[in-house]
Amino acid sequence: MLDTMIEGVIAFMLIAGGAFAFIGSLGLTHLKDFYMRLHGPSKTTTLGVGCTLIGALIYFSREDGPVIQELLITIFAFITAPVSAHMLAKSALHHKLKPDPRTRGNPVELESERPRHTIEEAPQGDSPLP
Amino acid sequence: MIPPTRWLPMPVLSMLLLVVWLLLQHSMALGQWILGGVLAILIPVVCRPFWERQPTIKRPMKLIGYFFRVLGDIVVANIQVSKLILDPRGQMRPAFVEYPLTLKENFPITILASTITMTPGTVSAHLRLDGRTLLVHALDVGDINALIDEIHQRYERPLLEIFES
Repeated sequence: MLDTMIEGVIAFMLIAGGAFAFIGSLGLTHLKDFYMRLHGPSKTTTLGVGCTLIGALIYFSREDGPVIQELLITIFAFITAPVSAHMLAKSALHHKLKPDPRTRGNPVELESERPRHTIEEAPQGDSPLP
Repeated sequence: MIPPTRWLPMPVLSMLLLVVWLLLQHSMALGQWILGGVLAILIPVVCRPFWERQPTIKRPMKLIGYFFRVLGDIVVANIQVSKLILDPRGQMRPAFVEYPLTLKENFPITILASTITMTPGTVSAHLRLDGRTLLVHALDVGDINALIDEIHQRYERPLLEIFES
């Protein structure tokens, strides 16, 4: 009875993890602009990985005694994911990527002093390089 | 707290390194203790110049409470974001929000920024150089002021109490 319950918990964790990872990846294709796409992998996929790892933690703890590595991996994933999301957002702001027109709020970081390329500067001819 | 000395500049970090080393090796053998101990002393001494002054944790119990609150919020926030992504109508109200910080020290601000990214449908995008404003991108927000208020009440207030009060 207890065995079936533990297996149920493991199965639930694995399915939830897979579902969250899938939804996060779906967000990457479905959302409209870079800043919105950032939400999928930074939150949803991290939780997906976390769920899968906790499922693995329970499974291997039952097989051969307490295993703690998975828990450490989960904690490290949750500590590092926000940092990489922050760096991605920072570089997007630095490149002044255009947000979706529905986005409210107009941060100074996105106001450009001058257009990136005037017509004279723009590449001419049929050079393959930008 | 253990006071820092010349050869043990960051005692908490050293302890943490030793514990993580032993857990990762999954062994309590004497050799692992020695190797872990050497690393735990060496690594803080070498990377000492790159570190900021470590903040003091004034209320450790509150920190544990904060940890579990954030853990619960991560699950809730993920279900919200999943709903938004799967919603076929795709009615999102994205916004850039300038969040005025009350926290002053760098470490608490880092924790707050990470929490904001992990939890309520928001990603912290940029910390202005003056360290007073955090630029936050939200996926779906109705009332910007309500969002700022929620972050302040739910996350920044406890962090203030833990680190700076």
